[in-house]
Amino acid sequence: MPEWIAACATDDIDTEDVIRFDHGTQTFAIYRSPEDRFYATAGMCTHEHTCLADGLVMGDIIECPKHNGRFNYKTGQGKGAPIIDNLKTYPVKVEGGTVFIEA
Amino acid sequence: MPAIGHKRDYSLVGADTAAAIASGLAAAEWYHTEIPRKQMKELMQRSDGPALRDTALWLALIGGFAAGGIWLWGSWWAVPFFAAYGVLYGSSSDSRWHECGHGTAFKTQWMNKVVYQIACFMIMRNPTVWRWSHARHHTDTIIVGRDAEISVMRPPDLIRVVLAFVGVLDAWHATTGMLRYSFGSINAEEKSFIPAMEQARVFTVARIWLALYVAVIALAVVTRSWLPIVLVGTPRLYGAWHMVMCGLLQHGGLADNVTDHRLNSRTVLMNPVSRFIYWNMNYHIEHHMFPMVPYHALPRLHALIKDDLPAPNRSILEGYREMVPAFLRQLRYEDYFVKRALPPTAKPYREELHVLDLGGAPQAAE
Repeated sequence: MPEWIAACATDDIDTEDVIRFDHGTQTFAIYRSPEDRFYATAGMCTHEHTCLADGLVMGDIIECPKHNGRFNYKTGQGKGAPIIDNLKTYPVKVEGGTVFIEA
Repeated sequence: MPAIGHKRDYSLVGADTAAAIASGLAAAEWYHTEIPRKQMKELMQRSDGPALRDTALWLALIGGFAAGGIWLWGSWWAVPFFAAYGVLYGSSSDSRWHECGHGTAFKTQWMNKVVYQIACFMIMRNPTVWRWSHARHHTDTIIVGRDAEISVMRPPDLIRVVLAFVGVLDAWHATTGMLRYSFGSINAEEKSFIPAMEQARVFTVARIWLALYVAVIALAVVTRSWLPIVLVGTPRLYGAWHMVMCGLLQHGGLADNVTDHRLNSRTVLMNPVSRFIYWNMNYHIEHHMFPMVPYHALPRLHALIKDDLPAPNRSILEGYREMVPAFLRQLRYEDYFVKRALPPTAKPYREELHVLDLGGAPQAAE
């Protein structure tokens, strides 16, 4: 059953940036958009095993640091080669300055 | 250091492919110099300005030299114009293909895509095939049996190396590949790195290109002039030398089957003209460690991490003085490679990891 997990404090992430969050055996990427909203996706690129939190956030896009594959981190949609598979996204809520993801 | 103890099999579906996967060399974790996130973000920032400026200049120079060559066609005065045009067409297109393929040259993605398609046509590289082969090159840089873009295999075939300067073999392979793709055929090696859903794009572009080349040849026949062919296609031959001169230095004579770009890639300081043609790919260790950094930020990245890297070669000539003797030694002993010393400030090479990866004995090679 999915549960809400406290991932980080809102202040842990700069605006238009991403951080890595590990929970159990899973790795997530937590984003703070330019509009100051929070999002979460799987932490590893679907192309190859690369941590997306080392990549670059540009607007709605996260770019993988290894092969420059791009996803819309709000929807998980891949934006073309070398991305074939979309990225899994997770519901997010913010309460009391803490970012929770449902995973 | 790397000694594989047998004849290398560069096929992407051969014995060394299986060995690289089994040993963990394929899709491995690679060494990176530590850079604080804040600085890394600054270096990764995209901008349209530098690439718009450089592309406008590039296209203007191509147009200007082509116009001069056409104007002077029939006289020897046309030769220097076509010599310059050829380099801008047959060499600069390599770096534009590369940077726009990474999607880092421009901030605006459609600009990367447009220049990528133009550059691919000029350099005669199918846009889909080479996008995927280059992804593999970054995953498995100079891993035998995995990397689709190893330009000098061991033992080096020096005749092929020399012929590369006039693009003969590249153009032959590109032409036969274009014909093959236009008939809807890709081979087993290409299938190993191009996903099935992408393969239709390979065929479509090949057919468009074939039609363009047929049109150029038809124009030459109708006008009874070599000029159309000198302007389109053949610059990939007579203008390739600068691309090859710089490109060989990227990995030539260095280690294979390692997971540290400091061992298998080379940074060479170059003159501003070559850096314009080459779009700063002379900072090659830096590029492989951090492919997200746009070409125009590579000098800043170099300044930031140079204390963790081998000293760069100070010129193209110095690079060749290091690389060519290595090629000659590899003719007799193909496990030989140049291992550059690290400065005292650098994190040492992980010798044990590379020996372990290869399952072989350490091999002195300085």
